[in-house]
Amino acid sequence: MELATVWFVLVAVLWIGYLALEGFDFGVGLLTRRFARGDTERRVLINIIGPVWDGNEVWVITAVGATFAAFPEWYATAWSAYYLPLVLILLALIGRGLAFEYRAKGDTERWRRRWDLVIFAGSLVPAFSWGVLLAGFAQGLPLDANHDFAGAGNDILTPYTLLGGVLTLTVSLLHGTHYVAVKTVGDIRTRARRLAGRLALPAAAVVAVFGGWTVLGYADAGASRWVTGVCAAAAVVAVAAGAVANARGREGRAFAATFTGVVAFGAMLFASLYPDVLPSTLSAADGLTVDNASSSDYTLTVMTWVAVPFVPAVLAYQSWVYWTFRHRLGVQHIP
Amino acid sequence: MDVLELARWQFGITTVVHFFFVPFTISMAFLVAIMQTIWMRATPPRSTRWLRLTRFFGKLLLINLAVGVVTGLVQEFQFGMNWSDFSRFVGDVFGAPLAMEALLAFYLESVFVGVWIFGWGRIPPKVHLATIWVTAVGTLLSAYFILAANSFMQNPVGYEIDEATGRAEMTDIWAILTNKVLLITFPHTIFAALMVGGAVVGAVSMWHLVRGARQPELAEPDASSDAGAFRTSLRIGAVAVLIGGVGVAVTGDTQGKVMTEVQPMKMAAAEALYESQQPAPFSLLTIGTLDGREPVYQLEVPQLLSFLATGSFDAEVEGINDLQEQYTEQYGDGEYAPNIPVTYWTFRMMITAGGLAAAVALWLLWSTRRGRAPTSRWALWAAAALPVLPLAANAFGWIFTEMGRQPWLVFGLLRTGAGVSPGVGAGTVAASLAAFTVLYAGLCWLWVWLLLKHARPGLPDVSAEARWGERGGSDDASGGAGRADDADDADADRPLTFAY
Repeated sequence: MELATVWFVLVAVLWIGYLALEGFDFGVGLLTRRFARGDTERRVLINIIGPVWDGNEVWVITAVGATFAAFPEWYATAWSAYYLPLVLILLALIGRGLAFEYRAKGDTERWRRRWDLVIFAGSLVPAFSWGVLLAGFAQGLPLDANHDFAGAGNDILTPYTLLGGVLTLTVSLLHGTHYVAVKTVGDIRTRARRLAGRLALPAAAVVAVFGGWTVLGYADAGASRWVTGVCAAAAVVAVAAGAVANARGREGRAFAATFTGVVAFGAMLFASLYPDVLPSTLSAADGLTVDNASSSDYTLTVMTWVAVPFVPAVLAYQSWVYWTFRHRLGVQHIP
Repeated sequence: MDVLELARWQFGITTVVHFFFVPFTISMAFLVAIMQTIWMRATPPRSTRWLRLTRFFGKLLLINLAVGVVTGLVQEFQFGMNWSDFSRFVGDVFGAPLAMEALLAFYLESVFVGVWIFGWGRIPPKVHLATIWVTAVGTLLSAYFILAANSFMQNPVGYEIDEATGRAEMTDIWAILTNKVLLITFPHTIFAALMVGGAVVGAVSMWHLVRGARQPELAEPDASSDAGAFRTSLRIGAVAVLIGGVGVAVTGDTQGKVMTEVQPMKMAAAEALYESQQPAPFSLLTIGTLDGREPVYQLEVPQLLSFLATGSFDAEVEGINDLQEQYTEQYGDGEYAPNIPVTYWTFRMMITAGGLAAAVALWLLWSTRRGRAPTSRWALWAAAALPVLPLAANAFGWIFTEMGRQPWLVFGLLRTGAGVSPGVGAGTVAASLAAFTVLYAGLCWLWVWLLLKHARPGLPDVSAEARWGERGGSDDASGGAGRADDADDADADRPLTFAY
């Protein structure tokens, strides 16, 4: 396999890792608003993601950094095209990160309520927007001969990409609800299971519609369409399997199922994209592909040498953290 | 303003503010790690003081770290958003250290600081101690890689220009990671960072000592041990500022010589030296326009610039006019001098602020010698000024080196105007500049307010953490909530030692 393709896969893996990991902490952030009853329950939710959310967020920093290093054209074109949505995402992520840390550092009820609002909005905006932007890759953008974005907002916000946003939002919420069921004890755990049961069908429906749309509308005929189709089907099956596991009280399996669902969804998007990385809707020749957007072989080789030992190392120590904080929390544990 | 100016203002504002938080995090992470190490190695009850200091300054570290982390996101994104042609031109070279920073440093920092925050009382103390050290090392690695990227812009090495695409391609990663500008800028930046953390520790300790001495009746019940602990931390902070100050001066001297070699224009601009001179004097201050006309008044040290730039008191230093001629020949018509008043004054303000910080730190040590505690209002002012000085020095240093590189974005290869995103409109950038400026102003206010709020109370009660430390976490290794799965355990519902 060519190095550029290896890096396409690695970038895909980083994005997928981000969606699967920060996806659930976005979901938990969304649940702090209405689902949590009172301050103590809200604190339970914050504390089950407290030790891990920041590490989860590094996945997107690395995905973007790896894109910059391995596909500078992709990074430059997409990030200047996605300017305003990215400003929104940045504002949301800045607020959210501060909220987790600062919420506990004030004394008044009002202080905490404000930060609670920031946690909710800061989870809502990126959980939706990243779906829009990633679906935008699969859909393509109007790019001119210099690979610069030559369109307007409605080229980014299309029915397809908006559905992509709805998908990442809904699935993150379901994924987060499964996480709460796995990580808590008491009433909150029971309610999380009940809520997950109600969310499963809408989530599966969105995944099915978006998957079908991607397969028929945005995957090239041939092998790419087959792989995309299999991934789409796997995503739907995974969400359904999560619902079954949840109904049987197998919370760990339900969480693993939505994790798999997110992975399958991400694999589907990137499979439909390959060998393009950002197609142009104006002229096929102006689109960015794995070949014309990638860095030199030397740079890719260097980066491969760095990634080979360090990606597994990161996985190892991040897994250790999840293991270290594996125990369930309930309202009784909040000091 | 056009897109270019707006994009430059956004980069300047977001970067300068981000860099208030960065040096604070780097140095405070190490200082807190050192305090926690001493706590672990000492025996109770003496060790308790160190635990309380760790918790106290650890909280300040976290308030700062949070805002440093989130503002860092903007940095990574805006290369692509505002500077897409720059990203295309250098991505092959510049992206690699950025990706390495994420993979090698950000994961370490973010993952392990989470364990440090939530690990109190839940994991074995020795493992917990290791997490703060790993976090601290992560901040150093991060600084190294991002400075490698910046040093390429200051002094491009290890690349060639691809003829077909006209873009820079990496040919030698080791050359990039051992760029001579990087090798001197890294220690300079780290010493400058050490001054910030040291100043915060020293200033907060001084404030508590003075307040305790001025108003003994207001002191906390535990005041006598608080005073003792703050006396110790004051020494740590002041000594850190002094070590940082000496280090910054020594490395800064070398850096000036390296910079004279690779960007003589920047150093000529730092002196507003228009005509080449042999030997060249260094002006401490100038009253005048700095545009080459005779100044109204100038205080000069003869031959000093020759020494600073080359190491010899008699050497010739090239002036702006000669360099302008030389560059015009080399790169074609154009203006090759940076904004002279900005480079001239930021260079001096950097040195002055850093020097004053070291002087105040020295005075802190002197005024608290052998059990003394000053009670004058001046002492409080000194404490208030101390952290501001090295922060200002850091900011001036960066403004100097980045503004001094103009008109280049990548020295000798890419002009700043050629790096900006061609497809992005001025309205878009203006909206984002406005949003980030307002947000960052708010962040600064919030940051100062929270730091003051949490620096004001005395040292915290740490009895729960102390018990955990003494037991070595042996029967507590899995945490208060550790056995929540095990319904038989009476402790299963015990509250956590720490939670948000």
